[in-house]
Amino acid sequence: MTDAAHPVLEARGIVKIFGQHRALDGVNFAVRAGEVHALLGENGAGKSTLIKILTGAYQPDGGDILLEGAPVRFTDPLNAQGSGIGTVYQEVNLLPNRSVAENLFLGRQPTRFGLVQRKSIVTQAAALMATYGLDIDVRAELGSYSVAVQQIVAIARAVELSGKVLVLDEPTASLDRNEVDKLFDVVRSLKARGLGIIFITHFLDQVFAVSDRVTILRNGQLIGTRDLSTVTATEVVRMMLGKDLAYAHAAPPVDEAAKGPVKVTFTGLGRAGRVAPFTLSLHAGEVVGVAGLLGSGRTEMARLMFGVDTADEGETIVDGRPVRVRNPAQAVAAGFGFCPEDRKLDGIFGELSVRENIIIALQAKLGWFRALHRDEQDEIAGRYADDLDIRAANHDMPVKLLSGGNQQKVILARWLANDPTFLILDEPTRGIDVGAHAEIVRTINRLREEGLALLVISSELDEVVAYSNRVVVMRDRKMVAELHGADITPAVIVAAIADNTLTTEPVT
Amino acid sequence: MNRALRPLLATTVIFLLAYLAAVLQYPSMLSTRVLGNFLTDNAFLGIAAVGMTFVIISGGIDLSVGAVIGFSTVLIATLIMWSGLHPALAFAITLAVSAGFGALMGAAIHYLKVPSFIVTLAGMFLARGGASVLSPDSIGIKHEVYTAISRAYILLPGGGRLTVIGMVMLAVFALGILLAHRTRFGSYVYALGGNETSAALMGVPVARTTILVYTLSSTLAGIAGIVFSLYTSAGYSLSALGVELDAIAAVVIGGTLLTGGYGFVAGTFIGVMLQGLVQTYIVFDGTLSSWWTKIVIGGLLFMFILLQRLVFSASGPRKKAFRKS
Repeated sequence: MTDAAHPVLEARGIVKIFGQHRALDGVNFAVRAGEVHALLGENGAGKSTLIKILTGAYQPDGGDILLEGAPVRFTDPLNAQGSGIGTVYQEVNLLPNRSVAENLFLGRQPTRFGLVQRKSIVTQAAALMATYGLDIDVRAELGSYSVAVQQIVAIARAVELSGKVLVLDEPTASLDRNEVDKLFDVVRSLKARGLGIIFITHFLDQVFAVSDRVTILRNGQLIGTRDLSTVTATEVVRMMLGKDLAYAHAAPPVDEAAKGPVKVTFTGLGRAGRVAPFTLSLHAGEVVGVAGLLGSGRTEMARLMFGVDTADEGETIVDGRPVRVRNPAQAVAAGFGFCPEDRKLDGIFGELSVRENIIIALQAKLGWFRALHRDEQDEIAGRYADDLDIRAANHDMPVKLLSGGNQQKVILARWLANDPTFLILDEPTRGIDVGAHAEIVRTINRLREEGLALLVISSELDEVVAYSNRVVVMRDRKMVAELHGADITPAVIVAAIADNTLTTEPVT
Repeated sequence: MNRALRPLLATTVIFLLAYLAAVLQYPSMLSTRVLGNFLTDNAFLGIAAVGMTFVIISGGIDLSVGAVIGFSTVLIATLIMWSGLHPALAFAITLAVSAGFGALMGAAIHYLKVPSFIVTLAGMFLARGGASVLSPDSIGIKHEVYTAISRAYILLPGGGRLTVIGMVMLAVFALGILLAHRTRFGSYVYALGGNETSAALMGVPVARTTILVYTLSSTLAGIAGIVFSLYTSAGYSLSALGVELDAIAAVVIGGTLLTGGYGFVAGTFIGVMLQGLVQTYIVFDGTLSSWWTKIVIGGLLFMFILLQRLVFSASGPRKKAFRKS
C-alpha cells in the first residue's frame, strides 16, 4: 500500500511526437492512492494521448512512467491492466451479447475438468455487484441494462483485474443526472478503498463534485496541477482556454449596427438529451460566435440547425417563411452551409481532387441529371480557389495532400459555390497552423461584409472576439448567455462559461 | 426470458407442429424407424453444421465445408483402395489434413485481415479442385471395416435403427453443446462474435480463438467426410456439393444470428432435423419433386431471418434502469 503523499502512478517529462507534431511536451502527472484526479483540456490538448501512454496503448517518445516508485514500461493495455492499471472507456468495452457474470469473469472463469463452473460464477458475480450497490440479475445479457449499469460492470471488472489505478475516460458522457450520482457513489467508495482514480470529463461541475485535484493540459503542455479546494471554476476555465484577462481589449469591436435584415430564425429548436430548446435570429452580414467548453452542446446546436440531427421541437424560419429542415439536403436547399468540426471525418473527401471537393455540394444540389460540364467545374473551382487563396499546385491534386488551413478553405469554397445565405462553421481554425488562423479570420470577416449570416463555433476566444457581432454562450447543453457590444471580451466570455458550474444540482 | 432463446423456441415449435401435421397425414411417420433414418441420412450435414455454428457465432462464415467433405471422401477412398491403408489410419490422416487446412484458413483470416467469406471461398475451390486432382471419378470403397460399420446399429424399440454414423452425429452435437456453453473456448467464441475489439481488450486470445474456430469447422467437415464415405461406401470429388449452404441454413433456422454473438448448437440440431423432416415428407408423399425441399427451406430461412430482425433490432434491448431503493 502506498501512503497518501506518494503517487501510485507517476509520469515524468512525457514526450510524444506524431510526425512533426509534439502531442505531449514534457508533461508531468501523478495520481496518489485514494484520490480522484481530474484531467482536463480541450480537444487536442493531449489528454487522450497521455491516457493512452499511461495505459500502454502508446509508447512514450521520452520520459518515464513510475508505478509505486518503480519505473515501468507497458507494452499494451492488457499488460498495464495486469500491472494494476484498469481503464473504463466512454464506449463500454464489454460484450453486450453475454451475461453480466460472464463479462465480469471472461478469461478467468473457474473451471473443473475443463468445464466452466457456472453456478460459482453467478454467485461470485452477484456478490461483487452487491458491493457496488447493484442488485441485478447477473445472468441477464449485459446489453439489456442501461449504459450506467454497464459502466459500473466495466468498472468492477477493471478494478477486479487491476486494483491500483482506475482510469475513467469520459464515463458520464451518456448518463443522466441520477446515473451520474450513482456512478459518483461508486467512485467515492473506490477512492475510500485506496485506489488512485484518474477522471476525464468535459463537465466542470462533475470535476468539482468528485475530484480532489485537477491537472490541466493545453496544446500538449502541462498548464498546472491544482487542489480543487483552492481554485474556482473561472480559474480552471481560464487555464483550459489559456486566456489571460489582461489581454482582453485586443480586438477592435465589431460594429453591431452594420448588420442587415433578419435572415434566419430558429425558434425553440431543441432535441431531448442533446440541446435544450434555443431561440436565435441571425441577420444578413452578421457573425454570431458560439462559445462554450467541449460537450456544452455547441456542436449539437449546429447539427440541429443543419438537420444532421432532427429536432424534436421548434421551427426554422428563413426570410420570414418557415422551412422544413429534417436532413442536410433540405438544409442545403434552404441556403444553409455547414463546415463541420472534424474535417477529415465529416468534411473533405481526401482522395478526390480540389476541384471535385469544391464542386460536390453544388452538384448534389443540382442533381445528377444536370452534370456540370468540366469547363464549368474548372471555372467555379478556379474562381473560389483564387478568392480564398487556396494554395494547391493544381486543382486536380488530392485534397488530403493539402495543409489543414487549405483543406478548411476548400470546404468553405464548396459551400460558397452553393451561394448560401447562412453558413455554420464549427471550429474553423482547429488543427490549422497558427499562421493560417489570421487568414481564416479575415475570410470570415470578408464573408460578413458580403452579406452572409454566419454562425461560428470556436474555442479560440480571441478569434471569437475578433469577428463576432454577438456571442452566445453554451453550457450544459443550454444556451445560457448572449453577449453584445462591449461585453464581447474574453474575460466576460470565460466568466459566462464558468458561471454556476460549482453547483452539482441539475439546472432546470 | 433471454431474447436469444426466442428464435430457438420458435424453431422448436415449428418443428413440432410440422412433425404433427406430417404424422396426421402419414401416421407411419411417427416411428423410431423414421427417426433413426432422420439421424442416419443427415449425419454428415449435422456434423458439418456444428462446426458452422461455431464459425457463425464467432462472426465469420465457412464456405469450404462442402468441398472439404468431398475432398475427405476422395482422400479416404484413395488411401484405402489405392494405397491399401487400414481405414483407421486413413481416417486419422484425413482428420489431420482437414484440421491443418482449417488452421491455415483461420490464420489467413486473422493475420491477413481478409474477410472469412473470401478466405473460405478460396479454400472451397482449393479443396474441390484438390479432390478432382486426386481422382475425378467416383471410387468405390470395399473393406471389411466399412461393411462392419455400416451393418452395425442399435435396435430401437419399434424397429428403428440407430446406426453408427447416427451415433457419431449425436456425440458431436453433445460435445459441441458442452464446448459452446461450458468451456472458456466457447465463451471466447461468443466474445469474438459480440465485439472483437472489446474481446481483445478483455484479454480474449483473438488469434488463437479464430484459428481454432476454423480448425474445428474443417475437422468436423473431415469427420462429416468420413461419415459420408461410410454412408455411400464411396469417395467422389463432387459429393456434398452445396452442403455448406445447407449447413448455414440449418444454423440460421436453429436460431443463430448470422452476424454472430448469439446462437445455440442445440438449435442447429433442430434446424438439421427440420430439413430432414421436409425431405422425408416429400419421400412419403411420392408425387412432389425433391426441389420442394429447397423451396420450403428457402421459405423457412427467410422467415427466420425476418424473425431475428424483429427480435434483435426492431424491439431493441430493453433497458433496465437502476432498481429503485
